[in-house]
Amino acid sequence: MFFEMFFLGTKEVRGMADRIYMDNAATTPIKKEVLDAMMPYLTEEYGNASSIYAQGRSAKSALDKARETAATAIGAKANEIYFTSCGSEADNWAIKGAAMGWKDKGRHIISSAIEHHAVLHTLEYLEKNGFEVTYLPVDEFGMIRLDDLKKAIREDTILITIMFANNEIGTIEPIGEIAKIAKENKILFHTDAVQAVGHVKIDVKELGVDMLSISAHKIYGPKGVGALYVRNGIKLDNFMHGGAQERARRAGTENVAGIVGFAKALKLATDDIEENIEKLTTLRDMLIDGISERIPFCRLNGHRTQRLCNNVNFSFEFIEGESLLLMLDMKGVSASSGSACTSGSLDPSHVLLSIGLKHEIAHGSLRLSIGDFTTKEEIEYVLDVLGPIVQRLRDMSPLYEEIERGIRNV
Amino acid sequence: MYSEKVLDHFSNPRNVGEIADANAIGEVGNAKCGDIMKIYMKIEDEIVKDVKFKTFGCGAAVATSSMATELVKGKTIDEALSLTNKAVMEALDGLPAAKIHCSVLAEEAIHSAIEDYYNRLGIKNDKIKKCSGCCSSCHAHDE
Repeated sequence: MFFEMFFLGTKEVRGMADRIYMDNAATTPIKKEVLDAMMPYLTEEYGNASSIYAQGRSAKSALDKARETAATAIGAKANEIYFTSCGSEADNWAIKGAAMGWKDKGRHIISSAIEHHAVLHTLEYLEKNGFEVTYLPVDEFGMIRLDDLKKAIREDTILITIMFANNEIGTIEPIGEIAKIAKENKILFHTDAVQAVGHVKIDVKELGVDMLSISAHKIYGPKGVGALYVRNGIKLDNFMHGGAQERARRAGTENVAGIVGFAKALKLATDDIEENIEKLTTLRDMLIDGISERIPFCRLNGHRTQRLCNNVNFSFEFIEGESLLLMLDMKGVSASSGSACTSGSLDPSHVLLSIGLKHEIAHGSLRLSIGDFTTKEEIEYVLDVLGPIVQRLRDMSPLYEEIERGIRNV
Repeated sequence: MYSEKVLDHFSNPRNVGEIADANAIGEVGNAKCGDIMKIYMKIEDEIVKDVKFKTFGCGAAVATSSMATELVKGKTIDEALSLTNKAVMEALDGLPAAKIHCSVLAEEAIHSAIEDYYNRLGIKNDKIKKCSGCCSSCHAHDE
């Protein structure tokens, strides 16, 4: 069997506009309505919201409106929304702010093994500074166990921070139940909802969370804006020190255009959320079923049903993720992987290892995250090119050679 | 990121496959680390008459395997053994720092195949470099 037989044809050079973008969990394009809402605040309405004169008042009024819109979208009050520079800042603030604010009561924090680095690295920093963190393990689908959480709670536990939904494998955690347990034990509960917002119906009051992080650029808003919901009455130390912006809790001249765009994006993402979830779930399942049916030796990572409507994550045995991404790129498809080569370290993604994947299987992972602009035709195209690409890489792989010869069993 | 040459050798790799009557087969790396290279050679009269490879790994792993096989094809055993990871890298117009270990692996894969050739003949050769089997020692070459 020679490689040339499997040659896929000449490299297709696609323009950006023709490309199939399946990395919406990484970032999304700004929607036209969002950009239109932002434009005046980048040009004519350039005032500093802290200034007293007309331009300043106009900026302030735009901020107030945006805050109201953002609050309504997640069931909060306007004075519970604090705008930040990104989702990572919101996570940093929630965790470090709670830790510093409550350190006299205790220094123990509970989190999960599959958090985003914005949470994990913040916790590692706190561990170096006298805090203790329990990382709850997850099951094979990426779900934490509530019993583990209950057992991990101690006298000195001051914060529970567990993500709403995982960015790599899309598993949605039982946030309402976690919030209940936190409340019963009088422990603050923060959740990183960066991936969940716009893909899961969220009402912070119904859920009972104390703090929740959001990012604008994952929901067709601009990069460089995020928000932290902080329930009224929550004691939280400041993270960004300086002026009296954001009711003296988060300093820095407000990114008015960004915030206005963020609020617009959040409104669009939540207004018709049920319809949107249904549409995306149909496309997602088409992709999941298509891959499962067409490609042997693969496994779906994450939960089959408690899963973000835009997330597909598969491991393909005997091949490596970066090679897969490069080949997809050559076919005009943008996607991501949890392999070591794409993580920039020796180890594959901590999330894939946490759900029990062996290193070699984790290296061969592929995340396809669809979005509002994904079409059925694009899904079909990806299904058409993915199979031959996986087969081509397998034909080059010494691991697959052993399978073919029956030396190794799967 | 990758040079044009790396992308060319990745998307159109030379010498992929197996040699049915190979008299030298070497394999280095491990699946845990995410790269394995297997080299097949047909050596006649101390000359690498034919060479093929199979690789599990990233774009750089495929491209360095492809380039290394190109560079040793038709060469004498001594010439093949003198191939360095640097020469493979230069031939590919460079590699990103995090991918230098792939070129080391390619050099070791060539050595490993030639070692197998000598082992089959019951000859010892002290020019052969060994893969330690420990990926982190290889990745330490990154700097």
